[in-house]
Amino acid sequence: MLGEGILKGLAETARNFLGSYVSKDRLTTVQFPEERLPQAEAARNFPFLVYDGSDWQAGLRCVACQICEKECPPKCIFIEKSKDKKPDYMGKPQFYPAVFNIDVSVCMSCQICVEVCPFDAIEMDNAFELSTCDRFGGLLWPKSQLAKSNDYFHQIHPTAASEVDERLAEAKTKADAKTKPLAGAASSTSPQPESASTT
Amino acid sequence: MTELLDQIFVIVKHWLVAHSPFWLQSSISAALSAAAILVVFASLFALTTILERKGLGRFQNRYGPNRVGPFGLLQPVADGLKSLTKEDIVPHSADAALHLLAPIILVTAAFLGYAVLPVGRNMVAIDLDAGVLYFFAAGSVIELTVFMAGWSSRNKYSLLGAMRAIAQMISYEVPLILSSITVIMATGSLSSVAIAERQAGYTGIWPHWFVFTPWGFAGFVLFMIAAIAESNRSPFDLPEGESEIIAGYYIEYSGFKFALFFLGEYIGMFAISGLAITLFLGGWSAPFSFLSWVPSYFWFFGKLLSLIAVLIWVRSTLPRLRMDQLMNFAWKFMLPMAMINLVTAAVWHFMQSGSLRWLVCAVLVAAPYTLLGRGLMQSKKLEKRVYRFAD
Repeated sequence: MLGEGILKGLAETARNFLGSYVSKDRLTTVQFPEERLPQAEAARNFPFLVYDGSDWQAGLRCVACQICEKECPPKCIFIEKSKDKKPDYMGKPQFYPAVFNIDVSVCMSCQICVEVCPFDAIEMDNAFELSTCDRFGGLLWPKSQLAKSNDYFHQIHPTAASEVDERLAEAKTKADAKTKPLAGAASSTSPQPESASTT
Repeated sequence: MTELLDQIFVIVKHWLVAHSPFWLQSSISAALSAAAILVVFASLFALTTILERKGLGRFQNRYGPNRVGPFGLLQPVADGLKSLTKEDIVPHSADAALHLLAPIILVTAAFLGYAVLPVGRNMVAIDLDAGVLYFFAAGSVIELTVFMAGWSSRNKYSLLGAMRAIAQMISYEVPLILSSITVIMATGSLSSVAIAERQAGYTGIWPHWFVFTPWGFAGFVLFMIAAIAESNRSPFDLPEGESEIIAGYYIEYSGFKFALFFLGEYIGMFAISGLAITLFLGGWSAPFSFLSWVPSYFWFFGKLLSLIAVLIWVRSTLPRLRMDQLMNFAWKFMLPMAMINLVTAAVWHFMQSGSLRWLVCAVLVAAPYTLLGRGLMQSKKLEKRVYRFAD
């Protein structure tokens, strides 16, 4: 019948109108920046450096091996190795990066630096509200701006962070298992307090 | 008490006129009516812009503007300030006088129609004997201003838009006037006050509105469709063509003149809705006899707001009609329906009151509608589309 389609259409829009006051799926607006949609777990934007514990300089996982600098396709990472060493999470003295800069205006978020890092020291962040008024210096991030804690890593990528932690803990127990019998043979008491303090 | 409330504005106006010097009295009376119309309908315009944007938003599953005031209610203020402070660009080769006059005459003509609309009992600016005729005459000036706008911009697209606009408006004038003639026939008078008063009686609790008769219902639907087309409102907003030719005939206008076009369009929409209410929906009378203690102007504006809500609803639902679809609809469907409606109204008038009258008139309305609709659709040969993919 003529006009039937129009009446059906009017009924549909009326449902939209009345439904927008009662149900969320008939009013899908997310009023940014007061409200935000949660990001997917694998969402990534720019890299950040992970540090364990509360002191970002002492706990930084990066040992300045420079593999990420060499593998980065647009060459946005700049690393200067330190002259001295500091102990890492397993107690072994390692170099650390005296300078670690990422030029975020060049970075293409390909995640290659994360994939090649043998120490799980660099991971992808998902923060995207990064506007700055300075498009040169403001987008060249130094070590201090890149370092974020392992707890933050757990917050944004829980699965990946737990998997990394498991792997590192496993490696540590294996390393301890290797050194403990040797240390036990050399001196019976000294390794135990050391292994207890580093777990 | 209800009498007092109902007639409060009339009493206040008479008091003010009586207390002014004798030689000024008629001017003051006219000025008061004009001022009241301007204030009320301009505020209604501001309210409608925000209601429309919020309403359209909700129909489209989103919020409307909600940043400016609480719930975005100060948005019209922001819009007004914006249009006042924007630079007024007039094309170099444009006809400057016409370019300036078009929006001014549009707004003036649109406001002229309100002089004959009775917004309440005894509340009409001028009680003309040929009120409805005057209203249509004032409305026709609007068509002229649309063409003035398109011509003076010296822009071929703007001119195209204007030509399409007047073609549309002239074609829809015919069913508009024919459907209002049925009311005039039933009342026997062209005076809008007489038409409203004629519908103010009740049988039991049921009102005597013309929309509750078969010919009145058909006439109301035809009138409203033609009214939407007259005000260039979606789905008939091809001349305006917001998403196609940007703004059609007022593409070269900016700043305050654009705001005046916008104002003129809405004021025209309210005026023609007001006339529909006066002709078919009983004007200022209450829908049930036990509700007649509520002041009459309340009912008029309530009905006006409901019609505006329906117009917004229709705008958000229907896609735009193409020019040829629009013209076909007016000449091939609405004009025959309006003429048959005239016959129906005459039959209603001359038959005796009773269920036979209802049956005959209902058939006289429904049968042409179905047959004509079916006949016109058949000639289009609409079938289910079959797609063949290249493999």
